[in-house]
Amino acid sequence: MNVAVTGLNAVDTPGPGVPVVRCLKESPNFKGNIIGLAYDALEPGILDNNLLSSAYLLPYPGMGQQSLLERIRFVHEREQLDAIIPTLDAELLNFIQIQPALLALSIRLILPTEESLLRRAKTNLPKFAKEFGFKTPKTSLVTDPNNLNLTEKDLPVFVKGIFYDAYLAYSIDDVTRYVQKISAKWGYPVLLQEYIEGDEFNAATVGHEGRAVGIVCMKKLVLTDKGKGWACVTIKNDKLIDMTRKIVTCLKWNGPMEVEVILSKKDHQFYIIELNPRFPAWIYLAKAAGINLPFISLMLEEIPHLNCYQTGVVFSNYTTNLITDLTRIQTLFTTGEIHYEKAI
Amino acid sequence: MLPNAGRLKELAISETGLIFDPSTGSIFTANATGVAILMAIKEGKDIATIKGCLMEEFEVNENTAELDIQDFLNQLSTTGFVKSS
Repeated sequence: MNVAVTGLNAVDTPGPGVPVVRCLKESPNFKGNIIGLAYDALEPGILDNNLLSSAYLLPYPGMGQQSLLERIRFVHEREQLDAIIPTLDAELLNFIQIQPALLALSIRLILPTEESLLRRAKTNLPKFAKEFGFKTPKTSLVTDPNNLNLTEKDLPVFVKGIFYDAYLAYSIDDVTRYVQKISAKWGYPVLLQEYIEGDEFNAATVGHEGRAVGIVCMKKLVLTDKGKGWACVTIKNDKLIDMTRKIVTCLKWNGPMEVEVILSKKDHQFYIIELNPRFPAWIYLAKAAGINLPFISLMLEEIPHLNCYQTGVVFSNYTTNLITDLTRIQTLFTTGEIHYEKAI
Repeated sequence: MLPNAGRLKELAISETGLIFDPSTGSIFTANATGVAILMAIKEGKDIATIKGCLMEEFEVNENTAELDIQDFLNQLSTTGFVKSS
């Protein structure tokens, strides 16, 4: 089986691609090659010849679905792809739109419908939560930094980009500054989300026609300055598991999902912070605890629903150095592809 | 009566005294007396039996053993690990 994976930007806030590849490679039942798909020749994951059999550069998501389809066709001619696992929020809509064309080439993707994808988007989360009885922090949209519609009593508040980036702002000036910073990178709208004090928990799952095939929960132990989980531990919380199952059903979700919640210190209720339409960067923890969700996503028809995993398994990011040759980067820049040793 | 004995039974306890609540991810440490009390609760022992175990294992009198048990259970409640029923 030849599987292409995106999101190989293993940087300070790592993408999910490298952990997804590790999950696949370490499954005793996986036989095949893994092909890296990247948007930049300097994405560290594609420079690792122990990880991939080859790598190709993709056009940026802003170039549109047709450019992506043409590039995937090119890769498919050389690699005979069986499946693609996209792992980045910003690319998903393009992949959903070209999914029928890829299926015609016998390339499988497990993705939600466009409607499901949009219903869980940050901008639509309050509406979705209200409709199905979930709690979520109050959220407002900003399209003009001079019109925040915010008072001092609303502080602190999270300022979030439509796809990525989040900052906790303690003053109106901070909010304005972060709105400008995020909009310069990701455009408008920018979201202002009520700050809920409490512990952060996440769940990872794979939905298959609206049913959660496997669910693994974790609690964040160490946060980075950007609020990302640096270390976490697997837990089994029945309320979070039931909530995740219900979310997958309500959205008729197909594909990987990460449910991010905060357990409020105030009312001891779970508040949905984000519903991410992809595997999380901590997905290797799920595999380590006993449920290899990336591998399961490739074998949905053959693998029964799995719920048994070990609690108390700890995951910690750590940074290391990758030594490579300048010619690899040069090859990627000039040809847009690089080839390492094939597994089979 | 033990506070939420069912919940206490779910806790994972290491020999070194690290206690992990698998449903909330909360972690804390306990001394040898605390570990002995929790292990006894997990084994389904009642307060009177636990008291007897402590008196034997740590060579303390009945009053000390009783205070140790009460003190430890109070600490569990204040750390948020278990809520008194």
